[in-house]
Amino acid sequence: MKTLPAVDVVIVGGGWAGLLMAKELAVRTPLSVVVLERGGATKTADYADDMDEVDYAIRLHMMQDASKETATLRHNRSERALPLRQYACFQPGTGVGGTGEHWAGVTPRALPDCFDILSSTTRRYGKARLPEGHSIQDWGVTYDEMEPYYAGAEAMMGISGKAGNLRGQQVEGGNINEGWRSAEYPTPPTKIPYYPHLFREATRSLGYHPHPIPSATISQAYTNPDGVSRPGCTYCGYCERFGCMIGAKAQPSNTLLPVIERHKNVSIRTGAEVRRIVHEKTGKLGQAKGVLYRNAAGEEFFQPAALVFLSSWTLNNTRLLLLSGAGEAYDPATGKGTIGKNLTHQVTFAAAMVFFKQSLNRFMGAGAAGIRVSDLDGDLLDHSTLPFLRGGFFSAESLTTRPIGNFGIVPPSVKATWGAEWKKAAVDYYDRTAKITFSGEHLAYRGNCMDLDPTYRDHCGDPLLRLTLDWHDNERLMAKFMSAKALEMARAMGVTEVIPAGELKNYDTRIYQSTHLQGGTIMGASPEQSVVNPFLQHWQFSNLFVLGGSTFPQNPAVNCTLTILALTLRSADAVVNRYLKSPGALA
Amino acid sequence: MKRRHFLTLSATGLGSVLVYSLDNKTFSAVAQGQPVRIPLRFFTRTEALVVAAATARIVPSDDSGPGAREAGVAVYIDRQLAGPYGRDRYRYTQEPFEDGVAELGYQGKATPREIYREGLKSLGDFLHLEGAGQDLALTRIQTSLFFAMLRQHTIEGMFCDPIHGGNKNLAGWKLIGFPGPRFSNLDDVDKHFGETFRPKITTLREMAGHTLHPSEEER
Repeated sequence: MKTLPAVDVVIVGGGWAGLLMAKELAVRTPLSVVVLERGGATKTADYADDMDEVDYAIRLHMMQDASKETATLRHNRSERALPLRQYACFQPGTGVGGTGEHWAGVTPRALPDCFDILSSTTRRYGKARLPEGHSIQDWGVTYDEMEPYYAGAEAMMGISGKAGNLRGQQVEGGNINEGWRSAEYPTPPTKIPYYPHLFREATRSLGYHPHPIPSATISQAYTNPDGVSRPGCTYCGYCERFGCMIGAKAQPSNTLLPVIERHKNVSIRTGAEVRRIVHEKTGKLGQAKGVLYRNAAGEEFFQPAALVFLSSWTLNNTRLLLLSGAGEAYDPATGKGTIGKNLTHQVTFAAAMVFFKQSLNRFMGAGAAGIRVSDLDGDLLDHSTLPFLRGGFFSAESLTTRPIGNFGIVPPSVKATWGAEWKKAAVDYYDRTAKITFSGEHLAYRGNCMDLDPTYRDHCGDPLLRLTLDWHDNERLMAKFMSAKALEMARAMGVTEVIPAGELKNYDTRIYQSTHLQGGTIMGASPEQSVVNPFLQHWQFSNLFVLGGSTFPQNPAVNCTLTILALTLRSADAVVNRYLKSPGALA
Repeated sequence: MKRRHFLTLSATGLGSVLVYSLDNKTFSAVAQGQPVRIPLRFFTRTEALVVAAATARIVPSDDSGPGAREAGVAVYIDRQLAGPYGRDRYRYTQEPFEDGVAELGYQGKATPREIYREGLKSLGDFLHLEGAGQDLALTRIQTSLFFAMLRQHTIEGMFCDPIHGGNKNLAGWKLIGFPGPRFSNLDDVDKHFGETFRPKITTLREMAGHTLHPSEEER
């Protein structure tokens, strides 16, 4: 193994969080920064020919190679975990830009009460209402503290949307239930295709407050505060699972790389797979010394660094800390230890499949060009007499409008699944079918957690990460309640037929839900309860920071990228303004 | 040396198709009333004929429009199985292989190629059956993994971009009114409400303006 010359900063993983930190350090400091990314290089030109459903949406060209590394999963501790042999229920990306290259671009803010969910829920309903076996925690940061960083992340990406709460004033047409915002969105909402338009009309008639989905695929040309310009969206409909061929969708490759490339102090090494965080072994408090990685040729290197940022997506962040022994592994039996704690996913499912008389022209759209109803999100409902806590939102979107993925959805009156009758119905309904999606909060439970798998290994011989994950009654009862609401919305759209959602049973790895997995290296107010402090600094190793969805104590229902970026900007501020002047614990 | 197998397709509705030979050289086969012989990469000739017949029962050619046969679905499947997907290049295939609850997904060792080889055998003397007999044979296996794959691949071969060998003459896209990849829908996305809007179909090749290399063409 070769020891490389020391650098000031090493960043593990070149996705949204890692490259945003690299960009902030590039612009604001003279530090030498190395980003280690195990995938390949990325540029917008790569996406010029990518509108191919087979290679990108089905063969998953942009995703991590499961043959090299995956995770194992079991529903509970009495089951034996088996590997996810193909990624399906979530889709982590690979290469520079990571999952941020192939995302849909949906960018809402989390509701204010998500950040103090334990305190606010206990205050309103009492401790006895918290579900059995929960491990719900406050984040250690408030919405008011987050607001400027949310605004900063929105400005960076030029988010298109309509404010619903401007400095406390409700604004019709936006999400009136959102937290206050200091300014209007940087660009106006996207165009709204026909199906979301129908959903907006129908839900408004039911008394809801439908609003345009905040979108990182922007409605018009925009130049951000870093001087990076991107064009407006052309609604080609190839967003999620694809890179944007014109750069209208904010991606690390078109939003952060142009700035990073202007600065000589940052370099990105691709094909560099980090296997361990190297740290002092003695005492309770210590320092990280750097990272071990292996290049594409299989050679091993030690990269010493004064400051280490771990930003390699939720599962890999957790796995690297466990493999490196950087902190105490979580033990669900005793509740002691923190790494691997509070694994959550988003409760996302088709709340109603709807069938129309008329064509919807669904080939036109964008990943976030749609309408959302957020009136039942967070704690907006009074849960005193409801059998569950928290909520979520309903969406009518214009994404995944491609033929292979959508052919064969037929009304419940058609029983055949192949042959002439089925084909006729599938052809007739191909462009007359849509869905109302519900995405709900997933609370944290002691039983839903991660550790290292005792059996299965990756291509280097290291143990895979083992997920123990299942839905609980709170999610199942919420899903039932919300599906009934979706049915009312569907009927108000004048649909000819509806397939209502089935019951939410066990966590199903075969069906895509979202890539919004969270937890494992959670943030919080004390080292007994969390891995990192509210500035994302490791409680034990003050020169190690962990960025990304792994720091969320539980799932806040909304799509996570904007919150990840806002937390990263907040962490960058703390590092540049405080840590670099006086290295040590920030909290 | 591997024996070369060909799938012979009737020229009807085939027009001009871009064909890849076994050694990956391309040639354009212009069918002028003559049947076209397509070199196979994975299937034997008999296997390809069974796949063509079975997929034609899944999406038949009938009054509601062309089906798997016109779209060349068997050619699509042959190429997918010959490529990295067919040999599980991107699937986690480390042992032990154990059965688990259904929600954990397919846990078997067999690759798509092996699943097809075995599955096609299970269909018996499929080519000599009448339509109703073929439907019965498929009904018998319709809960199998092989059938689930065959059905999924039939849909893929019907509606893929033609660079993958299926959707021949855009039969699939015309059937459902999908216009293919379009650079811009900016002027139309918030119009045509309540009416059927069907712009001219474009393929990825036409949009890109140069030769493309689908993932099954390993180089």
